[in-house]
Amino acid sequence: MKPLIKKLTETISPSGHEEAIRKVIQAEITDLADEVRVDALGNLIARKGTLGKDGKRIMVAAHMDEIGVIVTHVDENGFIRFAPVGGVFPHTLIGSRVLFTNGTHGVIGARYLVRPPKLIALDKMFIDVGATSPKDCPVKIGDVATFDRPFLDMGSCVVSKSMDDRIGVAILIETMRQLKATPNEIYFVFTTQEEVGVRGAATSAYGVDPDIGIAVDVTGAGDTPEMPLQREVAFDAGPAIKFKDAGNISDPRLTELLVKTAEKARIPYQREVTTMGGTDARAIQLTRSGVPTVTVSVPCRYVHSPSEMVSMNDVENTVKLLVTLLSKAVKLER
Amino acid sequence: MLKIRNPQIRILEQLTNAVAISGDEGEIRKIVRAEIEAHVDEIKVDAMGNLLATKHGKGKKNLNVMLAAHMDEIGFMLVNDAGDGLFEFETIGGIDSRQLAGKIVQIGEDHVPGVIGVAPVHLLSATERKQKLSVSALRIDVGPGKPNVKVGDRATFATKFMRMGQSIRAKALDDRLGVAILIELIKNTSSTINLMAAFTVQEEVGLRGAKVAAHSFDPDMAIVIDSTPAYDLPTHDGSENIRYNTKLGLGPAVYTMDGRTLSDPRLIALLTQTGDENNIPYQFRQPGGGGTDAGAIHLSRAGIPTISVSVPGRYAHTAMGLSRIKDWENTLNLLHAALGNVTPKLLEKDR
Repeated sequence: MKPLIKKLTETISPSGHEEAIRKVIQAEITDLADEVRVDALGNLIARKGTLGKDGKRIMVAAHMDEIGVIVTHVDENGFIRFAPVGGVFPHTLIGSRVLFTNGTHGVIGARYLVRPPKLIALDKMFIDVGATSPKDCPVKIGDVATFDRPFLDMGSCVVSKSMDDRIGVAILIETMRQLKATPNEIYFVFTTQEEVGVRGAATSAYGVDPDIGIAVDVTGAGDTPEMPLQREVAFDAGPAIKFKDAGNISDPRLTELLVKTAEKARIPYQREVTTMGGTDARAIQLTRSGVPTVTVSVPCRYVHSPSEMVSMNDVENTVKLLVTLLSKAVKLER
Repeated sequence: MLKIRNPQIRILEQLTNAVAISGDEGEIRKIVRAEIEAHVDEIKVDAMGNLLATKHGKGKKNLNVMLAAHMDEIGFMLVNDAGDGLFEFETIGGIDSRQLAGKIVQIGEDHVPGVIGVAPVHLLSATERKQKLSVSALRIDVGPGKPNVKVGDRATFATKFMRMGQSIRAKALDDRLGVAILIELIKNTSSTINLMAAFTVQEEVGLRGAKVAAHSFDPDMAIVIDSTPAYDLPTHDGSENIRYNTKLGLGPAVYTMDGRTLSDPRLIALLTQTGDENNIPYQFRQPGGGGTDAGAIHLSRAGIPTISVSVPGRYAHTAMGLSRIKDWENTLNLLHAALGNVTPKLLEKDR
């Protein structure tokens, strides 16, 4: 899966500008799906399987957008002021390089060497693209960029920008590849605009109108030094079955089903409860008359930084869990 | 090119002098209805109070294009009768309480005059002068004698419209400018689209009317017409102003991103190309927070390609806004020309 993960994470596609990543995914899945379409918000929707006896229509979602920055002003000396697209943390930025969708490279600067002790706010930072005035600046207000970092293979783990949620995208693609027969009608949805408020999931779920929703996303691993919540979810300890986050309380029938599926197939798993964050599940559950929804998370270190790290064991076990679950008729007991 | 002349200015005068605080938009709706009724094929008021009008194009494959402008304005609601003509009140929509003291207001359906009272500067202690004024410390004073004013009534600023040379000043330019533009667009629509005009309610309290209007129209695409702040004043220390949002005189403000919406890139291209080709000036609103009806519309049903365009205005959400007539005219013309360029081909390419 590593070449696929590399290809996905090195693509530049911040929220609202998912065309580039969608093309990469489209090329991967065309032969794996029975039907592919793109909706008004740019969501890529791929169907696999037709509704069989006892089957369900299942939407499996991973978001293809990533956090980034957007130009708000080019000042008289050619320096670019910017606003965040999604949850960009100021302390991850200084010295970072960014790449605009039009190919322009930039460096994020601030007055940090003079008075370093305080956290510098985003509106005190700027992007330097080597321009000297608005006239010779190759980008304009509204242009977008993301972190510019190459994919790194560490063997048992992989590191890159936008692992949130390109790893979910990779997992969905690999699941499509491994999934042979299924009584379910499965919609693999590569959603847009998750990082700005789960917007693509809302419209794609309306279009798909599923019986069950499953979001596949990353979650912060809590087992690094100085974390306030030690070992909330651990790295390399298996996919995390989410019971609750700030945006969604998982359907208990689905968490139970996932736990049973994992135990029966001897796939390691963790139980995740967090007071923070939210995934596409938040939007899917409230679609139309309501959808039973759950999230499967891949533990990830340094989420929303330019170097997000996941364990390949966790990734492969997440694929295994999804393939096992989706191959059979899904019955929601109670 | 369309022109803003006396008839258009008179309509805006009528619209801005009328009172329509969120949740009670009847007064504006009546004016709008009278203006557009003869020019549309269907017209109705929905359950929330949105005025929805449709004008069919001539061809068969026309796109259904929703245009939205909100009728409501920010204001106040009386919450407690303190006796002697004094009322406690709450704000409706985003209002900075520091700007309220001493403003004249009009209350209820009879537009009863009143004033927002505050302690006089003579009697303030040094500490009190430094404190932020909260709404709970203010009262609306209509005087004794039982004028027709009661708890639950809405109030707004009593500002009257005025033209000042190349500028206009009025209350509620946000979004009566949008309403005025939408009225003109209905009167001058391109026959190559099906126009679905939504004069929406309750935008200022959370885009509520637009949500149900979009569900009902279920259009192919949408353009929201609003007013956005211009904070284009010189800085106190002479440094470059980098946080102006928009600037007066530079034309319509095209949105790329606000707090609620990432504009559809195909529609950004439609507007900018139309502007470039027709020499209509435009500017990009600085990406950032805030939101328009687009925030509700683009998430309707399975999603709707949406963008916002605003007329820049100084002193938004105060008793008195100020905009340039030329920006108003250029916004009208940019939209008018862009609608003429809308064909089904526009949305053939995926977002």
